[in-house]
Amino acid sequence: MKTYTNSGNIDTRSGFGAGLEILGDQNPNVVALCADLTGSLKMNAFKDKYPDRFFQVGIAEANMMGIAAGLTIGGKIPFTGTFANFSTGRVYDQIRQSIAYSGKNVKICASHAGLTLGEDGATHQILEDLGLMKMLPGMTVINTCDFNQTKAATIAIAEHQGPVYLRFGRPKVPNFTPLDQSFEIGKAVKLIDGTDVTILATGHLVWEALEAAKALTEKGISTEVINIHTIKPLDEEAIVTSAQKTGGVVTAEEHNYLGGLGESVARTLAQHHPTPQEFVATQDTFGESGTPAQLMEKYGLNAKSIVEKAIKVIERK
Amino acid sequence: MPVSPNLKDFVTQVRRDILRQVHNVNSGHPGGSLGCTEFFSVLFKEILDTSTDFNMDGNNEDMFFLSNGHISPVYYSVLARSGYFPVEELNTFRLINSRLQGHPTTHEGLPGVRIASGSLGQGMSVAIGAALAKTLNNDDHLIYSLHGDGELQEGQNWEAIMFAAANKVDNLIATVDYNGQQIDGATDDVLPMGDLKAKFEAFGWEVIEEENGNNINAVRNVLNLAKSKTGQDKPVVILLKTVMGNGVDFMMHTHAWHGKAPNDEQLEIGLQQNPETLGDY
Repeated sequence: MKTYTNSGNIDTRSGFGAGLEILGDQNPNVVALCADLTGSLKMNAFKDKYPDRFFQVGIAEANMMGIAAGLTIGGKIPFTGTFANFSTGRVYDQIRQSIAYSGKNVKICASHAGLTLGEDGATHQILEDLGLMKMLPGMTVINTCDFNQTKAATIAIAEHQGPVYLRFGRPKVPNFTPLDQSFEIGKAVKLIDGTDVTILATGHLVWEALEAAKALTEKGISTEVINIHTIKPLDEEAIVTSAQKTGGVVTAEEHNYLGGLGESVARTLAQHHPTPQEFVATQDTFGESGTPAQLMEKYGLNAKSIVEKAIKVIERK
Repeated sequence: MPVSPNLKDFVTQVRRDILRQVHNVNSGHPGGSLGCTEFFSVLFKEILDTSTDFNMDGNNEDMFFLSNGHISPVYYSVLARSGYFPVEELNTFRLINSRLQGHPTTHEGLPGVRIASGSLGQGMSVAIGAALAKTLNNDDHLIYSLHGDGELQEGQNWEAIMFAAANKVDNLIATVDYNGQQIDGATDDVLPMGDLKAKFEAFGWEVIEEENGNNINAVRNVLNLAKSKTGQDKPVVILLKTVMGNGVDFMMHTHAWHGKAPNDEQLEIGLQQNPETLGDY
């Protein structure tokens, strides 16, 4: 089984900050906006180097989305930065009308997604954002798994014409994907080949899927792991091909089971290759305060849960 | 400067277009459209430095953003009669497969429209963004926007108003269609907004009041005055008093025609009061 090495725990949001700084160097049309969370979003390097292209909008996310839409008119490529909750639910109609329906080239970059935001609790822990964003026509939805991939994705989305939702998080997590990878929107990355079960994971759950695969292999279960970094457009071919091979699928995401990756996969399989599927996701609930590890344990979003669901889906085959 | 017969005729024809568009589909918003006819006509025919060779980025030209998108009939008429698309296309207003959607959109590729609007309160932010892009591009052309007065009840406006002053967005001229009416009645009855001039001034804007927003000369003068106030570290707003339904006597001074189309008989009366000048579509 192919194994992956953690080169050191680091937060995905820092990958965003690093990617944004590189974009600042490379592309004079890239501009950035932030709603009073510059430090949290790791946007300080861009802000310090390119102050004329950085807009502090204050605690006013609706205005930020509208200004970003306006900046595209004139050829700018705006990157907005705030927490995932305030990047989506709070400003849904602004995104819907001024960005998505208007076809504007805005990159909505969202940190602190999901339970791993931790102690701030449910007011800030959005678990519905993937669903909200994937339902918007024309919106590309990406959830990266580590620092290197977030950095690569940040750079890649500047080249993509059209609105993008890029989701990442707060905690320091293993960094295991290649340092200088090319990021292809909509192209799933197979991490481990296997024949008994497929784990389709996104975001922070990708590393957990790798850990689960180790445990499953020790039990004699050949596990395929695929990183679905792009929820929309979904790499249906990769998913169906793997499901045809293994006959059982587990999806894993830091999101409600309603509206997230799991549902997109279920729809794909129902249409093309009906396959037993289990869902590692929150069960239509809000989060709560706690450490990220405590929360992921309590809500069943870790390697242990993935192993349990994998065994269950194999039994259902 | 006297009003050219040409512009008077233009205004009258636009009023006919508004009435005929909404009558044809028995839907749409004639009241606000009629009230803003002079504003749109003067802006597009005399003020805006634009190319009708439409380009989304609008570099090296002035740009206009309509925030209160429901007054699309006047917008469409003036765009068509300014050369952005064929006047005959006004026939398709609100019909299926039309570029002239109920509320303006970029989605169908209609030349002249750079943002979707209709869900209220978003246009000020967009106009500010476009103004910032102009500054970044060293483009000294101006951004114009129009907002309903009732629309200012949407909180996003005040986020935008605060931002524009703080960031000295001084290449923006926002106009408020100050007709005192909204769907449920007079703004003073629905949600009184108090002293708008004082509010904008408190936020740091240059405020210009114009009492005669349905007088062509007055509209021209106030727009030119507003232009002269740009580039002075402050965003500029015109509080333009208009009469909803202006030019059609039974539609004036009431919110009743905010979103209601005239019947056949009412259309005839409205058209008699606004005789054909430049040719109906």
